[in-house]
Amino acid sequence: MNTKINFAGIEMKNPVTVASGTFGYGREYSDFFDLGLLGAVITKGTSLKPKSGNKPPRVCETASGMLNSIGLQNPGVEYFANNDLPYLRKFDTKIIVNACGSSIDEYVELCKILNTLDIDGVELNLSCPNVKEGCMAFGNTYEGVKEVTSKVRKILDKPLIVKLTPNVTDIASIAKGVEDAGADAVSLINTLLGMKIDIYKKRPVLANNTGGLSGPAIKPVAVRMVYQVSKAVNIPIMGLGGIISGEDAIEFMLAGATAISIGAGNFIDPYTSIKTIDGIKEYMKKCNIENISDIIGKVEMN
Amino acid sequence: MPKKVLAKLIKKEEIIKGIFKFSVEAKEIVNSSKPGNFIEIRVSNQKDPFLRRPISIYNLDKENGILEFIFQVKGSGTNILSEKEIGDKIDIIGPLGNGTFKIDKYNKIAIIGGGIGIFPLYELAKQAKKQGKIIDGYLGFRNKDFVMLEKEFKEVTDNLIITTDDGSYQNKGFAIDYLKEKMEKEKYECIYACGPIPMLRVVQKYALENNINCQISLEEKMGCGLGVCLGCAVKTAKSPKDKPEYFHVCKGGPVFNAKDVEF
Repeated sequence: MNTKINFAGIEMKNPVTVASGTFGYGREYSDFFDLGLLGAVITKGTSLKPKSGNKPPRVCETASGMLNSIGLQNPGVEYFANNDLPYLRKFDTKIIVNACGSSIDEYVELCKILNTLDIDGVELNLSCPNVKEGCMAFGNTYEGVKEVTSKVRKILDKPLIVKLTPNVTDIASIAKGVEDAGADAVSLINTLLGMKIDIYKKRPVLANNTGGLSGPAIKPVAVRMVYQVSKAVNIPIMGLGGIISGEDAIEFMLAGATAISIGAGNFIDPYTSIKTIDGIKEYMKKCNIENISDIIGKVEMN
Repeated sequence: MPKKVLAKLIKKEEIIKGIFKFSVEAKEIVNSSKPGNFIEIRVSNQKDPFLRRPISIYNLDKENGILEFIFQVKGSGTNILSEKEIGDKIDIIGPLGNGTFKIDKYNKIAIIGGGIGIFPLYELAKQAKKQGKIIDGYLGFRNKDFVMLEKEFKEVTDNLIITTDDGSYQNKGFAIDYLKEKMEKEKYECIYACGPIPMLRVVQKYALENNINCQISLEEKMGCGLGVCLGCAVKTAKSPKDKPEYFHVCKGGPVFNAKDVEF
């Protein structure tokens, strides 16, 4: 049985990765299992300078999911390079850094630094819904996505993945912008913008009023978007949104994803990613699949 | 280091209406837990309710590897938890939190708790008492119907003062007012507090103004409980006004030095 995949030039031992913002820089989860079991670790969204994030409350539970408005709190790329990267490198897994910025210049400056580090790829975050500047502001038009991605592409030699927001009318056209700019892959979906109201206080629960919805509640939206994007572009897709089991992962792969990420699922059980790898193997056994890459995009539409 | 265990429920008691005390077998967690640590419970394997529930540790029976926690039924998650039966396995991660109650330095201390915030103070008091420290307790409740664990706290304190907001049981008023009154004579070296935010603010203000050591256990909405999602932010006291900086209750806390946090 072969679970290896090649994602945008990154050779992974299996298609299972952990999504940015749900796994920190790996330390906390290494208390529970060997990070070397994962296909790749995608780091917490990292910016040029440290960011302190949004006011609390920053998270709340919703039906089969949660809202978050963390606001990209992170220690900055320099701290990451000196403290977290050497730690992560001890494990036999691939490292993809999620990169965020509030202007095109910032994305470019950050990626120039990332280009010099011992990492396996960069995931450009054009999709965080919780910050005022950058991110989703670039990520919701074809032109915006193409412009940032092209400028980063010029200075980045490593595999470049662009993470897309689902908060758009036509996800396929946005993905086309990524491909046209020369990126190696897309990842989708980031969180769906949502809101929860405390009916007694008559105010939103989150201090930032709105936040990003994640968890099993968003999975059908994500699967649909992965399918649409897979029909529109030729670059590989990292699929995510509510995956908590091997069955969920297979669904995304059939829809067209080459690799998948576990996001909020890491919160409910630290072993969700490991269980997902096991679940994929069980499915392969049950359905007589020798190579996991054989099922990518194999959904047959009615 | 936190562990994930399936802990067998061996005793269950509704101590007052809607508030349950659970005793579970969780040797691996008990062995490495300190007063102030908390646990996270996944109440079911279903997708809803989705997140784990952070719950403070009430009592550690190290000899028998038994962990006790007390929780109030507030919503769907705690309701499902309250329906567990003896013999059921409960999915628990713990111990969590790096900020725990520190008692080594002090010989005469006071604990002050309000309502369901009194639970994490029990193990602290128990350990302090065992170490031969002098410890007074001040526990405040809304009214006589909400008074709980009086006997248990009496056993682990030298003096225990119970207050009710309306005076329907023992002393009328707020626990902090009774503590303030006693402070002059007793000169506690440190105050340990847990309870509703308005109460904690009063305790914090009093401690800071009078230069008294004070450790506060905080609560905030959590995503992961492990220090990963950065959801449970609490402002650091040192942060500049225009550029707030944050600790996280699950990682830096849940117990903080009262000087360090603004809430």
